[in-house]
Amino acid sequence: MQQPLQSSQLSSDTRSEQPDTSLNVSSLSYSYGKKLALDNVNLKIKPGECVILLGPNGAGKTTLFSLICGLFASRSGSIKINGYEVGSQSVDALTNLGIVFQSQTLDVDLSVSQNLHYFCSLQGIDKATAAQRIQAGASRLQLHERLKDKVRTLNGGHRRRVEILRATLHQPSLLLLDEPTVGLDIPTRAQLVEQLHQLPMQTNAALLWATHLVDEINPDDRVIILHQGCCVADGNTEQITQQTGTENLQQAFAALTIDEQPSYA
Amino acid sequence: MRKLRALLGIVNRELMRFVHQRERFFAALVRPLVWLLVFAVGFRAALGLSIIPPYETYITYEVYIVPGLIGMIQLFNGMQSSLSMVYDQEMGSMRVLLTSPQPRWFLLFSKLIAGVAVSLVQVAAFLLIAKLMQIDIPLTGWWLLLPVLVLTGLMLGSLGMLLSSWIRQLENFAGVMNFVIFPMFFMSSALYPIWKMRESSQWLATACNINPFTHAVELIRFALYSSSSAVSLIVVSICTALFFTVAVWSYNPSRRFRAGRTAAR
Repeated sequence: MQQPLQSSQLSSDTRSEQPDTSLNVSSLSYSYGKKLALDNVNLKIKPGECVILLGPNGAGKTTLFSLICGLFASRSGSIKINGYEVGSQSVDALTNLGIVFQSQTLDVDLSVSQNLHYFCSLQGIDKATAAQRIQAGASRLQLHERLKDKVRTLNGGHRRRVEILRATLHQPSLLLLDEPTVGLDIPTRAQLVEQLHQLPMQTNAALLWATHLVDEINPDDRVIILHQGCCVADGNTEQITQQTGTENLQQAFAALTIDEQPSYA
Repeated sequence: MRKLRALLGIVNRELMRFVHQRERFFAALVRPLVWLLVFAVGFRAALGLSIIPPYETYITYEVYIVPGLIGMIQLFNGMQSSLSMVYDQEMGSMRVLLTSPQPRWFLLFSKLIAGVAVSLVQVAAFLLIAKLMQIDIPLTGWWLLLPVLVLTGLMLGSLGMLLSSWIRQLENFAGVMNFVIFPMFFMSSALYPIWKMRESSQWLATACNINPFTHAVELIRFALYSSSSAVSLIVVSICTALFFTVAVWSYNPSRRFRAGRTAAR
């Protein structure tokens, strides 16, 4: 397997120290006006680790992702990707980052191949390497027969797979997946969830996967539960259920985010 | 090299989108051609033109109006680009661009260059048709016209980019037509010489004089005759730098943070 291209190979290394984490978020807070969306979030992800960010709607998952990828900027706290500060070393930090956004971001008027080549050019990847990686990735995700099709003609599952392929083309060391299975039917979702769990092994990248669906989580996955902008639990399924004295993760999730659950009384 | 690849990728995508949207190409041509072949013919008899620089002899109204219509193509193209940026923000593809590992100013500048490239294709097609219609346009100044069109295209594109950073929804774009495009176009020297306006309204002539679009049109007019207007060159250069700087500032994530806009999510 090809090793991820480290940003230090592309430019002079400006990191103060070699990182042992793919993502290091410390003391991060963010608010929309007076409404606090993230409150002192701390988070470390090791290379190759799969971490599920579990939280109900409005917990702050998308806000956290927007801060990590530099679409928003926070005045407090710090975010480092592979040792590079997102605020001050954004070019190096973003070189190491692959993202699948919650909403679809493909150009529907262009073909799958054109979309992917466009992304490669934004990443500064030469045409030959891009073509090679697109072919290899398309075969891995069973997209090779759809490369020439316009995105408009693809169903939701295929579009999602194209976005996942796109996020891995520059061989990032960290992958962010923001609710990637939203809007998919059950069989497509199950297939995609399986493929997503294989991503860290296939790409050697750390994975931060935001979801509100407990059934997408494997027992061995590290789970961070985000609730009202705070990390309220961090561990695998067994550790979290023990902590909360519940029988399974679904119950633990409900117990930790109870005020978000509908009241039937 | 990585920057060049990114620039070419962005330009290529814009041209591909332009090719796929044929109706956009025809709309861009029909608008100035209707002015040239209908409006100008009607006005020819009603409007007397004296000899003003850069003209050295009497000219017909069709000849006078050509630089204004070239400016019109670029003005509408600049606004069309900003419309497509608002669309990209709504559809999410703007996030893909803004999370690329390139400096933000460079990504936005590349987007501008892509818009200018599209406008050059439109202007070339317009000039060709005008020539075929026996409009007496001197093209000896093409070597000067080309860089001038790049500069005026950058200025109008920067203005569009600036507007796109303030407009969050496509529905609000109609306001741009009413409050930006029409006043800019009609309060300029595109359709009538400023001395002609001064005869009927002093304040209107003053407004035309300070309108940057007037200077873009005059720069194009002089370039067609292998000549240049220093004042217009300075005004257009300053406006380009100003609009672009404010546009980059407007797309700065920390400014978005200060604004606390949830719509940007």
